[in-house]
Amino acid sequence: MTNEAIIQLKDIDVTFHNKGQTVEAVKQVSLTVNRGDIYGVVGYSGAGKSTLVRVINRLQKPTAGSVEVNGQDILALSSHELRTARTKIGMIFQHFNLMNSRTIADNVDYPLKGGKLSRSERQEKVAHLLDLVGLTEKATDYPAQLSGGQKQRVAIARALANDPEILISDEATSALDPKTTSAILELLKRLNKELGLTVVLITHEMEAVKEICNKVAVMESGEIIERGDLVTIFSQPKQPLTKDFINTATQINQALEKIYRQASTLGLDDHHQLVQLQYVGATTDAPLITELYKRYEVVSNILYGNVEILQDTPLGNLIVVMTGEPDKLKAAWQYCQDAGITITHLKPKKPGVA
Amino acid sequence: MGWFAKYFPNAVTMKSEFIQATGETLYMTAITAIIAGVIGMAIGIGLIVTQPGGILENRIVYNILDKFVNLFRSIPFVILLAIIAPVTRLIVGTAIGTTAAIVPLVIGSAPFYARQIQNALAEVDRGVIEAAESVGSGPIAIIFRVYLKEGLADIIRSSVLTLISLIDLTAMAGAIGGGGLGNLAVNIGYNQFQIDVIFLAMLIILVIVFIIQLVGDWLARRVDHTA
Repeated sequence: MTNEAIIQLKDIDVTFHNKGQTVEAVKQVSLTVNRGDIYGVVGYSGAGKSTLVRVINRLQKPTAGSVEVNGQDILALSSHELRTARTKIGMIFQHFNLMNSRTIADNVDYPLKGGKLSRSERQEKVAHLLDLVGLTEKATDYPAQLSGGQKQRVAIARALANDPEILISDEATSALDPKTTSAILELLKRLNKELGLTVVLITHEMEAVKEICNKVAVMESGEIIERGDLVTIFSQPKQPLTKDFINTATQINQALEKIYRQASTLGLDDHHQLVQLQYVGATTDAPLITELYKRYEVVSNILYGNVEILQDTPLGNLIVVMTGEPDKLKAAWQYCQDAGITITHLKPKKPGVA
Repeated sequence: MGWFAKYFPNAVTMKSEFIQATGETLYMTAITAIIAGVIGMAIGIGLIVTQPGGILENRIVYNILDKFVNLFRSIPFVILLAIIAPVTRLIVGTAIGTTAAIVPLVIGSAPFYARQIQNALAEVDRGVIEAAESVGSGPIAIIFRVYLKEGLADIIRSSVLTLISLIDLTAMAGAIGGGGLGNLAVNIGYNQFQIDVIFLAMLIILVIVFIIQLVGDWLARRVDHTA
């Protein structure tokens, strides 16, 4: 990944006026995406993600701010220049937006119509694109005959027809089942690697971000509330919303809910403490649990464990009940912290439990 | 053909009149369909692209087209026939006759067709239009390669509907000497109490309508790939 900015949004405001009501969909957002990034923009629906990325290819004109893509001031372009610029910014959508009256090959060919290529060159290109997304045998089918995942592959092929350098994915996997979602994300990652495609991925699912992004921004009510590289955001989230997204993605929320529900059976007191251990990178490999017992005679009962591999960096989460003398427990926690492990003391929310 | 002479005692002697009247009906329908088709299509597309949120949003143009269509759609056709006579004389040179009938027929059916086209094109998914914009398509490309292509099945269905209502109008145009099957049915059949003439004229019109409907449905099915 180079550090050359390919998309630069500065102080973007998008305000809608509708029937006397003013809605600030995007407020003072700046965003820089570097060439080769897979940049995730996460947020719940209505957070302004889609509006923000539509500013990149000026499908949405910002109320204020500046937009630079590939060194071009997008807002200064004439409508003709804008059309040329758009051919270098591909886009895929939640509902695929294929043309039902055209065959698969014809859908992929659509962006090439009226261009410089001859008919045979276009046919060659379409065949190549369909091969790239693995749909060669569906060329003469119509969209209605395809599954959701296949339709999205066609949409990707169409978006790539004019060899764009950027691909905007607007909730492209949100209408797909988990298995198909993974396959589409895999494809995006492959295109990023093989073609050097820069991807801006909007989603409400942190799982999708976790799979392929190297950077992530979290949006809430029109603003980016937190951003950074994937591992940092996942290991040290600051905002409550970010933590919420991550805990949902790593399924810690679900695990905690179950644990809290039967908290009384854990018999928590001064000698039995419920803690969450979180570690990043190499520390994962140290035989921590054994070490704690050997040094402090602290017994750790693992209730839940999860290791994520983010950008080739392991990120581990353990929820354990540690049993031992109170002072030994304190020493054990200090040992963990010295080893670079983050400890969170968990308090079951049920009344009447320690 | 004995049964025909038996049940159609007057019509059987009017073979040439019926052939001529059928020809006049088809002539008025065809010429009007072409002219009103082009005008209605243009206005319908104009309405779709200039409507709020359209690809060439323009409140003024949209309102003018919208009001124009509403105005001409609310005038009853028989009254339009009379009101429009001076204009017809200006264009055709006479206000009477088959060709003269085409002017009010166009004015009566083009706004109806425009509304039908607008409705048909409104069915084209907004997301598909956005996808076309995102790959760099301009307004002309979007109109011809997306709207008209994606909306084709619905356009065919609307055109059938318009054609059939147009045949209805041609029957009325007979009132100003436009000729055609409607004229035959009213002037000879009705006024001279020759019920069989009315009946045969109606049968011929029904056959024409059926054929248009069948061909239209077949075409629409052929171009429809949504299911």
